Amino acid sequence: MTMIEAIRDAHAVAMERDERVVVFGEDVGYFGGVFRCTQGLQQRFGSHRCFDSPISEAGIVGTAIGMAAYGLRPCVEIQFADYVYPAYDQIVSEAARLRHRSAGDFTAPLTIRMPTGGGIFGGQTHSQSPEALFTHVAGLKTVVVSNPYDAKGLLLAAIEDDDPVIFLEPKRVYNGPFDGHHDRPIVPWSKHPLSEVPEGHYTIPLGEARIHRPGGDLTVLAYGTLVHVAQTAAEETGIDAEIIDLRTLLPLDVDTIVESVVKTGRCLVVHEATLTSGFGAELSATVQERAFHHLEAPIVRVCGWDTPYPHAHEWSYFPGPARVGQAMLEVMGR
Amino acid sequence: MDGEQVGQQALRLHIPDTERGPGAEPPEVRFISAAGEMRRPELDEPVERIALMRKQMVRVLDDDGAATGPWDPQLTADQLRTGLRDMMLVRAFDARLLQAHRQGKISFYMQCLGEEAIACAHKRALHPADMHFPTYRQQGLLIAGGYPIVQMMNQVLSNEADPLKGRQLPIMYSSKEYGFFTISGNLATQYVQGVGWAMASALSGDTRIASAWIGEGATAESDFHAALLFASTYRAPVILNIVNNQWAISTPEDFARGASATFADRGFGYSIPALRVDGNDYLAVYAATRWAAARARGNLGPTLVEWVTLRRGAHSTSDDPSVYRPAGEASHFPLGDPIANLQRHLVTLGQWDDDRHAALSNELDAEVAAAFAEADAHGSVKSGHTADPRTMFDDVYAELPRHLREQRDQVGR
Repeated sequence: MTMIEAIRDAHAVAMERDERVVVFGEDVGYFGGVFRCTQGLQQRFGSHRCFDSPISEAGIVGTAIGMAAYGLRPCVEIQFADYVYPAYDQIVSEAARLRHRSAGDFTAPLTIRMPTGGGIFGGQTHSQSPEALFTHVAGLKTVVVSNPYDAKGLLLAAIEDDDPVIFLEPKRVYNGPFDGHHDRPIVPWSKHPLSEVPEGHYTIPLGEARIHRPGGDLTVLAYGTLVHVAQTAAEETGIDAEIIDLRTLLPLDVDTIVESVVKTGRCLVVHEATLTSGFGAELSATVQERAFHHLEAPIVRVCGWDTPYPHAHEWSYFPGPARVGQAMLEVMGR
Repeated sequence: MDGEQVGQQALRLHIPDTERGPGAEPPEVRFISAAGEMRRPELDEPVERIALMRKQMVRVLDDDGAATGPWDPQLTADQLRTGLRDMMLVRAFDARLLQAHRQGKISFYMQCLGEEAIACAHKRALHPADMHFPTYRQQGLLIAGGYPIVQMMNQVLSNEADPLKGRQLPIMYSSKEYGFFTISGNLATQYVQGVGWAMASALSGDTRIASAWIGEGATAESDFHAALLFASTYRAPVILNIVNNQWAISTPEDFARGASATFADRGFGYSIPALRVDGNDYLAVYAATRWAAARARGNLGPTLVEWVTLRRGAHSTSDDPSVYRPAGEASHFPLGDPIANLQRHLVTLGQWDDDRHAALSNELDAEVAAAFAEADAHGSVKSGHTADPRTMFDDVYAELPRHLREQRDQVGR
């Protein structure tokens, strides 16, 4: 199964199990979404369960909050993460705070899905990775998926969660585990073990990281597309990296991170989003606070440059295997 | 002017220049119909025909205190007296809390002086289970709904009995049980949420409707327009209220409205039937609410209502309206005062007199004083009698995550 098919399947399982689950967004109903993640849902469940919305992110999220406060379980799609900003006030000031400000009287159990990240020549308005804008907000949970198996289990967990969940789907890994080499033929998911997705219902708890590749030389903290890029870098440098796919950025699986760093004594943090004030800063601080005395080398971050995502210079911007591999060598002192 | 001349002229930007300040003339209220003059359309009348009513005003009470015309809701004398009591209780409540602010017991307050009829009549005209998405001047929804005023006072005092545990600015009440959605300080957000709640009610085959509230100034926010579009597209069972009290802090309605428009005009572009109603006329508010609610309950979709009123007091206790308000604005306001208007009507009917009015006024003052004494006994944010600070970590999430547990352990260390 591709990640698109896994996400589609998660929707169908959730809608089958719980009639409170409604799905809507721009082009989501009849057409099934521009990335086809909701294809067939309207035909199967009817237009009252899956429908198109006007082009208004504030309207999509604002009405979804009202629906969630009513008692439904909306799962809405923002067509690209880059388009979410008109809804940012609704997410940050409203969904994130309803439970707290009403002392538990009103809640907003909704899931907001967004394709994120670059690598598809989307330019600055179809490539951003805004996860840190959500992890900075008390009351939200933030998930970034990297493969079909996790995508299904995490999306079901997100929809069933009693709090608002930001669910980021790196679009570059929708159809295959992108190794970071844009000039090589695309490898489809079908050849990858994480494309084996069980039928029916299962969940992956929010807040649990996954060790993508066990290793002893250094710890790589990654999520989304960069999990696969880090794997390529490890193979190409021959460094025995332990790659941790964080999966949920908030709440963060601190134990898995610390345990790994205590074991390896070295830590590299990678993400596609811009460097400054990125989530990597939080990861770096967490490791420093909790495993400083086990570190044998400074923590290094490899991230997107602090520029808008450039259309023609996408592959100079993207933290590919060469940059990640170079950083691995640096952390190893080689 | 031909095209060439136009091209040579320097451009000038128009900034609305409504006269303001104590020396200015009080602003004119436009399009005031006579009581009983407006017809009452069929619930399913085409929006194009109802649109003709956007520049009129639904009024029931005439200057002599008589109810007239097709919008008269035919309330019983008991219902009218209940309405009067609700409004007078709201006014007494506001007066006591303003006094508490002057006494330094609370940090902030917002009264609704002059606007009491809108929330009070609206609440009584709907079903108690309908859900309101209020802004910050609809305390009448809670009070007319029977919510304990001592609980409201506990919230305003942020004391140890505050149902919101000291998390919210005073007056930002919340009560699901009483159909009152948690107030946000960010304007207009609740408007589109109310539409979403109504959509969910319709999706679920429920019978409850939503009523969303906004001030005329906040209709400038994009959430307002998203709300109208979604309500129209999905024919959500929602009443879209705009309380036009003439002032957005210091800014007159001109800045949010468009030169010749009314706020009721906003509905037409979205195919939403819209009414303009005298918000200081308890009977008109009651009747217009019932009409809009009947449309919603009959799956005929949303209704927009512009309630015309006057913010007689300051925006909040942090505001100084003497800088920008024309002197004598309240006495010049052509729609009068909502309590005086209903009082006159009851007297005209032979159902009320000055003695009864004075007795009720005293009774309500005593009720409010007793409630305040009870709330005050629980302390206040000023006296330091608040919820345990460690409770600030509760309800951020359904379950306390590790990082909040660790932070909670550091509080007061």
